[in-house]
Amino acid sequence: MEHIVIIGNGISGVTAARHIRKNSDKKIIIVSTETDYFFSRTALMYVYMGHMKFEHIQPYENWFWKKNRIHLVKGYVERVEHTSKNLVLKNGENIAYDKLIIATGSKPNKFGWPGQDLKGVQGLYSKQDLDALEVSAPNKDVCKRAVIVGGGLIGIELAEMLRTRDIPVTFLVRETSFWNGVLPKGESQMLNEHIAEHHIDLRLETNLVEILADENGHARAVTTDKGNTIECNMVGLTAGVSPNIDFLKDSGIELGRGVKVNRYLETNIPDIYAIGDCAEQHEAIGNRRPIEAVWYTGRMMGETVAQTICGNKIQYSPGHWFNSAKFLDIEYQTYGWVFSERGMKENEQHFHWRHSQEKICITIAFHKETGLFLGINTFGIRMRHEIFDRWLTEGRNVDYVMEHLADANFDPEFYSNYEQEITSKFNSDFGKSIASKKKSLKRIFAIG
Amino acid sequence: MSTYDKSMALTGQPPKALNMGQKLATLLGMSGLGILALTLFNIDFPNKGLWLTIALSAIFIGVFWYSQAAYASKLKGIKNDGVWFKSVSSRGLWGWMSGIALTGFYIVLYFYPQYLGLVKDGENIGVIALFDPLSKMLSGNPASQWFVYGTLYTVAILAFGIKFIWKYRHNRYEKIRTVSVMFFQTAFAFLIPEIMARLNGKIPYYDLKNMWPLNYYNFERYRINGFIDSGDIGMAMLIFGILSIFVISPILTFKYGKRWYCSWVCGCGGLAETAGDSFRHLSDKSKMAWKVERWVVHSVVVFVTLMTTAVIYSYLGNDTSKYWLTKSVFLGGVALVLTAVFVWVMLFKREQLQKDAKYGAIGYFVIIMALIGLHFFSGDGNIFLFKSETLRKTYGFLIGSIFSGVIGTGFYPIFGNRVWCRFGCPMAAILGFQQRLFSRFRITTNGGQCISCGNCSTYCEMGIDVRAYAQKGENIVRSSCVGCGICSAVCPRGVLKLENGPQKGRINPTEVLLGNEVDLMDLVNQK
Ligand SMILES: Cc1cc2nc3c(=O)[nH]c(=O)nc-3n(C[C@H](O)[C@H](O)[C@H](O)COP(=O)(O)OP(=O)(O)OC[C@H]3O[C@@H](n4cnc5c(N)ncnc54)[C@H](O)[C@@H]3O)c2cc1C
Ligand code: SF4
Ligand code: SF4
Repeated sequence: MEHIVIIGNGISGVTAARHIRKNSDKKIIIVSTETDYFFSRTALMYVYMGHMKFEHIQPYENWFWKKNRIHLVKGYVERVEHTSKNLVLKNGENIAYDKLIIATGSKPNKFGWPGQDLKGVQGLYSKQDLDALEVSAPNKDVCKRAVIVGGGLIGIELAEMLRTRDIPVTFLVRETSFWNGVLPKGESQMLNEHIAEHHIDLRLETNLVEILADENGHARAVTTDKGNTIECNMVGLTAGVSPNIDFLKDSGIELGRGVKVNRYLETNIPDIYAIGDCAEQHEAIGNRRPIEAVWYTGRMMGETVAQTICGNKIQYSPGHWFNSAKFLDIEYQTYGWVFSERGMKENEQHFHWRHSQEKICITIAFHKETGLFLGINTFGIRMRHEIFDRWLTEGRNVDYVMEHLADANFDPEFYSNYEQEITSKFNSDFGKSIASKKKSLKRIFAIG
Repeated sequence: MSTYDKSMALTGQPPKALNMGQKLATLLGMSGLGILALTLFNIDFPNKGLWLTIALSAIFIGVFWYSQAAYASKLKGIKNDGVWFKSVSSRGLWGWMSGIALTGFYIVLYFYPQYLGLVKDGENIGVIALFDPLSKMLSGNPASQWFVYGTLYTVAILAFGIKFIWKYRHNRYEKIRTVSVMFFQTAFAFLIPEIMARLNGKIPYYDLKNMWPLNYYNFERYRINGFIDSGDIGMAMLIFGILSIFVISPILTFKYGKRWYCSWVCGCGGLAETAGDSFRHLSDKSKMAWKVERWVVHSVVVFVTLMTTAVIYSYLGNDTSKYWLTKSVFLGGVALVLTAVFVWVMLFKREQLQKDAKYGAIGYFVIIMALIGLHFFSGDGNIFLFKSETLRKTYGFLIGSIFSGVIGTGFYPIFGNRVWCRFGCPMAAILGFQQRLFSRFRITTNGGQCISCGNCSTYCEMGIDVRAYAQKGENIVRSSCVGCGICSAVCPRGVLKLENGPQKGRINPTEVLLGNEVDLMDLVNQK
């Protein structure tokens, strides 16, 4: 029986294992060092916030693995010996494989800041990071202030977490406006306001210079390039992540920033694959980055590689881009591509609408000349994935999207609708006279 | 593995700590309860009407003030910070103490009303006497333990309903739904029956929204007589009672799912959604619990069907010339209806039921055998060896009192707020059966957006592992879902939407999720 070994029990490794099991009888082992069982990394914040206990963020009950004959080994893989198809674990154990899937995820970036390894300085990635946070920031008496460095998705999650315990937070962000390398300015501006509403001390265009230690080697303050010294008891480093592949350095597996893979997720060594955060495409797919460190792509790579391993060789070719996040109280979804002013494509044009009082807005990107619909960002409005996926596949133009926007709404029943308002702003911005159609179940569920 | 102790780390700290307003509000509410408690020790309050008003107002304002202190100064959004740190909502000491107190209250209420001050032939004393003025004002009669309970129940739904609305003020579905349960409780369960009693003394107490089999005693002899004796209005109510279970409820459930009842109208649901909201995450999500649920709740359905049939059977006559509905006609009718439903399901919905089809068949078989047994082996008033009265009493004791009250509500802080609705309510089981097989309602999963965080499953009061479906891109079509909408509300990625739509494609098993290239999805999902 073929023996499949997977390193890493994150979403990508576990998805691969589940799908291999569905399609075959192969022997499956997952080796992972962080926790005994798969958990949802995206939900770590909710454990600190008291919304859930750690056991709740484990998507499968503990009996699941045995029942599905997915053998779990807790351990750290130190070496991959591909000539003998063997793994060496830190505890000296050896595991032989026929096919190997590397799914080791990421680690937080550290840019060589002085003091970055002091006590009380940490990233937010692993279960161990969560435990560390409970030690250095259990409450507002122990942690009088926290400083977060790096304004991305994890940074704002960390800020939200600390605020639930009333810990004052200073948030250092390199950009001129929150996450404006990714978001268009209207949206980024709205988030700046929302961050302030939550009493988070947002410092834009501010970089960390140094973390200062107290006599116990614990962080006591940071200095910034604005010349300020900020007293604090915890420093969160959330300036992005990079592939967690140091253990592969001399393995003969081709590495770039991540493990280099082709479209079949194969590395340069036969029978070794890489998926998830740690995989790097030789060439980026469409507008995507060569390394895609998000949940969904990890899952999709897992689904794909399982097909290949079970004899149905398939390229990793993700469909239309989508993603979502939540900024404090504001939900964000995106379908297709909407770039920030910085990353905007030559022919990309935006339409932006923002609610006059509520923190709700949308941005639609379309082709300047042809009007082809390129993508949408929504804040505070939920949208139906399937509809936008369909519209993008069908190559609809922006007028069609405006006309049928109600079909795409996914807010709970009885929520206020803004399609009329949005369309009339669109009409006045672009001199059009589109009338927004009422939502139609027939169209939504594609009947008839 | 962890090196810290969360309870120590957070002692007296936000989000666990109560702010000053919350503390004072709790004190006020407790003092209202305290007044009621004092009367139990036969402390005789001179001006009962006034003291009752003070006590109930203190409770109501206490809850109101608490909600204001908890939510008003915060921005709109999900308010679950610290839920698992707080003793009362995480099966801590306070949780257990409130559980024990509530359970104790129910035991006294059901079995020892004399301790509440009920006096059979004479003036009430104790807490019941305190409620006499209100009862006399409404129905003209002195209070009973049920009147006390009904009043407190209504106050709880109103006060905690306001709390719920405050908490979910960003969510219109939740707000409207809560106003609805508050309305149905106050008008239908509390005021209308009292006022009807005042207008027509013969009409049995009837909460019109409370239909059989939840209202398992509706077709007992004394009630049927009561309905018939009170003329047209009584007859109308009896007919409404029959229509509501056989016609009105199937239509509404087809259109909207069982939520129209369970989380918009029902009083048990109303209390669970309002006063019980702080305990919704305590429901057991394991597969084992689901298995237990299906066995228990369906056994209750079988039990209540048999019991009601037996009770009605016992008072019908044998003589066709006196009244067309005789014992045999009735039994035959019941058997016919059940067979029709059974055959229809087996013919058209079999594959949707999968394994459950077997259990359905067992249930059907048990009932039919019992009916046949009833026909051949029962004498007057006897069902097999028991008296029908014994069967009824057993049901009333086990299901009506112990399950729905003592365990169902008393154990809110231990097992979550919908224990009764999930494991015990035969009405919910019947509506759920319709919802699963014959309804437009589903919770749509939004393509591939789920991040498996677990908020939905954790906060599902019915113990449905919502995430298990969502992370596979499958819609949630479960008989037990009461459509409270909280899974959708707490989802941080906008993955879930409760909606009514065409039955085709309602159940959508997928293997590869949306987000992949179209070809792969088709290839894998269609095969
Ligand atoms: C706080 C936070 C919030 C996030 N929120 C979102 C979000 O909302 N949406 C989104 O799309 N994405 C989000 N992400 C990103 C997403 O979680 C990751 O893209 C995803 O978890 C990556 O999955 P993976 O399977 O590739 O790797 P991982 O989940 O990192 O799993 C890899 C596992 O392998 C183990 N491992 C590594 N090396 C070895 C070794 N040598 N031997 C043995 N085991 C090893 C690691 O310990 C780890 O447990 C978030 C990430 C974080 C940290
Ligand atoms: S599945 Fe959702 S709507 Fe249904 S009962 Fe559970 S939380 Fe409520
Ligand atoms: S709450 Fe939403 S994102 Fe989280 S597991 Fe449930 S459906 Fe998925």
